[in-house]
This record gives sequence, structure tokens and C-alpha cells, in this order.
Amino acid sequence: MVEADAIVSAREEILGRVRSALADVPAVPTVAVPRRTPEPGTDVVTLFCERVADYRAEVERCSSADLPARVQAAVAGERVVVPSGLGLDVPDSVVDGGLSAAELDALDAVVTRARVAIAETGTIVLDHGPGQGRRAISLVPDHHVCVVDAAQVVADVPDAVALLDAARPLTWISGPSATSDIELDRVEGVHGPRRLHVIVVG
Amino acid sequence: MTATFVGMPAFPAAARAALADSQLRRNLTHATHTIRDRRARVVGEVPDWEDLRQAGADLKDATLSRLDEHLVRLEESLTASGAVVHWARDAAEACRIVADVAKAHGAAEVVKVKSMATQEIGLNEALAAEGIAAWETDLAELIVQLGDDLPSHILVPAIHRNRAEIRQIFRERMAAAGRPAPEDLTDDPAELANAARLHLREKFLRAKVGVSGANFAVADTGTLVVVESEGNGRMCLTLPEVLVSVVGIEKVVPTFADLDVFLRLLPRSSTGERMNPYTSMWQGVTPGDGPQEVHVVMLDNGRTRALAARVGRQALRCIRCSACLNVCPVYERVGGHAYGSVYPGPIGAILNPLLRGVGTDDQVDSLPYASTLCGACYEVCPVKIDIPAVLVDLRAQVVDAHRGARLPTPEALAMRAAARTLSDSRRLGRAERLAGRVGGWLPRLASLPGPGRRWTSARDVPEPPAESFRAWWRRTRS
Repeated sequence: MVEADAIVSAREEILGRVRSALADVPAVPTVAVPRRTPEPGTDVVTLFCERVADYRAEVERCSSADLPARVQAAVAGERVVVPSGLGLDVPDSVVDGGLSAAELDALDAVVTRARVAIAETGTIVLDHGPGQGRRAISLVPDHHVCVVDAAQVVADVPDAVALLDAARPLTWISGPSATSDIELDRVEGVHGPRRLHVIVVG
Repeated sequence: MTATFVGMPAFPAAARAALADSQLRRNLTHATHTIRDRRARVVGEVPDWEDLRQAGADLKDATLSRLDEHLVRLEESLTASGAVVHWARDAAEACRIVADVAKAHGAAEVVKVKSMATQEIGLNEALAAEGIAAWETDLAELIVQLGDDLPSHILVPAIHRNRAEIRQIFRERMAAAGRPAPEDLTDDPAELANAARLHLREKFLRAKVGVSGANFAVADTGTLVVVESEGNGRMCLTLPEVLVSVVGIEKVVPTFADLDVFLRLLPRSSTGERMNPYTSMWQGVTPGDGPQEVHVVMLDNGRTRALAARVGRQALRCIRCSACLNVCPVYERVGGHAYGSVYPGPIGAILNPLLRGVGTDDQVDSLPYASTLCGACYEVCPVKIDIPAVLVDLRAQVVDAHRGARLPTPEALAMRAAARTLSDSRRLGRAERLAGRVGGWLPRLASLPGPGRRWTSARDVPEPPAESFRAWWRRTRS
């Protein structure tokens, strides 16, 4: 098989070139990475809310008793899709059971939970497990309502990386879709959800 | 796209033409100063930024020093997670692999995530030759593609265009590529972004094959990472049935935890944000979620040549943030096209010669001189690439490569004369006395006569001192 031979030889040739390029290089030991701890007394949940708001996302805090009403108000009048396992009753919503991209495009909003939230950068991370749904449902609808438990908020990026499972697809979201491609002026809203609404519970 | 960097003149000629374009200079000044200020603000928020930079540099060096082991590990992890791994020695081989995947699925088009690696290998042109349309979906790449233009910045390829020019491109060119621009389109950036959204959405929804690069590839887990802003990346990585990612072999990081450092360094250096809007991470195929056929092309295309360069190999640390472009006094004035490559600016001035080799192409050989060696690029680089040091090393290589030439350059002759003078104290003394004597009338000259005229066309004639150091020493100490 000519093609298989070609593949093997490209691999072997590249690895061979790498090895000869490194002939004069001793293996460099890996190094300690600074692990920043938040200032003592920092309220990470408050910081998280401020940083999310900086991206011009909507952000609000509520008690778990208030949550259903807050979610309902957030998506009032919109056609909504929810993942299975959301653990929250959203009236008149469609539960995703493999909707096509075109079907998702006909919907206005999605409600999901998240895996972890990062205070320093105002980021939510979805690992697309139960309550979060597959990647397409939190992408195609134009309005993303994300419910975050206060206990899910960590201080900085290293804390989040330590909690995440690399075997799952991961989507890090910091504010609504945005671009700086025109004169480097930031404009919110291109292809991803143009409105991000984060509700922090507790 | 017919625009090409092939056949671009050497940097001095291209720069002279760019400098004459006052609109270009206005656009660039506005854009580079905006992003520079934003970066400075968010970097200032991080008290351990210098430690973080050092960690980024050390991590990359440690990884590159055992690159072969990490690549083999990455291949194992990718394969175990359901991805098909390909290796490509050069651009042609990589383009062939991508075209073959697209053709195997009968695809007449692919949607593309912004990717420097696919720009570098000329993938769009190669696919077009096979009858496959490659749609750029990043806003700036779309502007460049529709305008039949060339990229001029790593992060913002259309940085040389202002909003009025972009409106005109959309009005004139969108219809031929799909959904036309709205009739009443103004030059408001939000409206322009919305026009791109409407234009591209139908392409995202119907695409069978997506093509991406990767910002990072994790050896231990087989995780690929794409960092972006608009959501076009998420669309291309999620909706198509088939995904092909072209990944430079220097993109590997050993462990998932290593991503932490780079996710803190990259957004602040690149767009001047605490975090970019979207980062996607995926491991091969996830059943029921996203593309169910995933290919990864591991690309050399000169990277092993750069890896062999004793001083230059540090350029492979580059995470393509473009901070060095935004602070460069040369880039700010001439823009990206003058560098004749998809990698412009200070990093391009070292990366192109390192990837392609010196001594064979005058355009490439001109790039190490496209710098004042001011060092601003080194100061902002999140992985501490000492660009000035690499530039100086490459200049020496360029000189060495041309040493055998039959006709020495005027510069070589001047250097030879200087070497002769400086290597003998009596000769130097005579030269100093002569310079002191003629120094009285030299400053009145705007330029040197004869062959020196070209040197002084952009420089002041230095004023020789009336008295040399050695004459002063003799007069005051003897």
C-alpha cells in the first residue's frame, strides 16, 4: 500500500528531524508555575458577578427559592430549549432530544447549568454533562441563560483547570459573543449567543 | 482568492510603498494604539505577570526539548480518543490530506475557523484548485477573503481596513459568496458584524466539513484547544459531521494542567481581555456531541528546521498572540503586507527565515533587517522570546550566506574598510584626525556624497567630534 507507506514515512521523517534538531539540547526540567491565591477576604462570588458584568452580560443573584421565577422572567416570551437533567421547570420549553441545527436556529433561548465558574476572569465553563446538554444547544440559540451555584465559583483559572475532566468536551464562556475585528473596537454579538444572562444562586 | 504573497518585493521596497499610503498609516496607528492600551491595562492587573511569563517560557522550552516524546504521546492519546492522526512534512502534503478528507465526503465546501497554520500552507488556494470552496468565518478573515486581499496582522488580519472600507467590501462582494449584505448597511461596527452573522449562518447550518487549527494540543489527554471571540469557531467545531484540524508540531503541551498558564497569558496579551469570549476544548470524538469523524494533521513545514537553530529555536514558543506587532514602531508604520508573509511584524521577521531558511530568497533575507532592535517586542512577549537576539543572529546568518557572492555589497565593502581601520591603532588615529578636520563642515550637509547618499537618505549624518577621545586623553593626562 503506497499510501500507508507514505504516512509512515512522513511520521518517521518528522520524528527523525525533531531528534536530530534536538541533538545538542539537554532535556530541560519542568518548572513551578505561580499559583495565585486570592487576596484574603476576597468575596469570589461578588468578584465573579462584577467581572461577568464587565463583559456586558446580564448577571443577577437570587436564592434557590426564587430561581424558577427568575429563569421564567429571563426567557419570557421566548421559544426555549433545555437539556435533560436541568432540574428546573421552565414552562413551555422543549427538552433537547437531538434537535437539528436548523431546528435549534428556530429557537430563541437556552437554559443550562455550568460545571465551574471563575471569578478573576468572569468565566463560566460547561462540560456538557447533565443539565448542560450537548455543545450545539448552548451555541445556536441567540440567548443563553446560565444558572451557576455560588459554590461553583472558584478564584482563578488554575482552580478551574484542576476541577475539569479533560475527557469531556469543554466550553469556556466569558461574556457574550464579541469581535474586535473592526478597528479593534469591541462589539458584542456575532455568531454565538448575543445575549448571555448569568443567574448566581445562593 | 487570487491575492498572494508569492513574488512580494523585499522588505525595504514594500515598506516604501506602504509608507506612502496615509490612509493605511492612520488605520494602523488607531488600531495598534487601541489594543496596546487595552493590553497594558489588563496585564497591570496581574501582580505575578513576570513570573507567569517566565513559567510560559520555561514550559515551552521544557516541552520543545523533548518534542519527539510528546508528539508520540499526543498521537497515542488522539488515536485512543477516536481521532485519525496524519503527519505532514510540508504544505503540499498537509493540503492534500485535508482535500482528500473533504473529497471522501463529497464536500464542495468547508467552513474554516481562523487558523494561522492553514494560512501558512495556503490551504484555501489548494482546496479551490480541487473545486472545494473554503469559507473563512472569522470576521476579519471574511473581510480579507471577500476583498481578495491579504492578511496583515496575526489576530486581526483586516487591521489595515477601516469601517468605511469594510462596508464597501460587504456591499460589493457578499452577494457573490452567498447571502448579500443588507441594502441599508451603514459603517457602524455592530451593523457590519450583524451582516457577517446573517451571511455566514446559512453556511454554518449546512456545512458537512469543518477545518480548524489549534492553539494548543495536550499530549497526555489528546485535547485540542481553540481560543476565539466570535463563536464562529464553536460553530465550525460543533455543527459539521467531519472536522479536520491542522496543528503545528510546536503546539503540543505535555499535560492538561499546563493549559492554565497559557490561558492566563494569551487573552491578556492578544485581545487585551481578562479572558476571550470562547475557548473550546475537545478530545477526539464525543458520541452524540459534535463531529463524529475527527482528523488531526500534525504539521512540520519548517518547524524542525527552526528547532535546529541554536538561538532561533525559542521562536517556536510563540503562541501567536500578536502583542509584538502592536508595539512595534516598524509594524505600526508599514503594516503587515510589507513583510510578505502571513506572519508579519517582529515575530514574522524571525519566524519566516527560521521556517524557510536563509540564503535562498532575497525577500526572506531582508526580514531580519526589518527592525530597529528597540526591544519593545521582547518586553511584551508572553513567552519571553528574545526577538532582538534572534534578529541579530539571523542577520549574521544572512551575511554568512552571501559571503561567497562575486560582487560584494556596498555594506560589505564599508564593513571591510571599517574592520581594517579599527584593527590597527595607527590607522584609527589617522582616521580620527581626518574626521575631526572635516567634521567642521560635514554637519552642514544634508546627505553624504557619492555612494553614501543612499545611507543618508533616511538617516542624519553623524557629527564627528572636533577632538577624538585619544587626542583628549593625550592632551589632559600626559
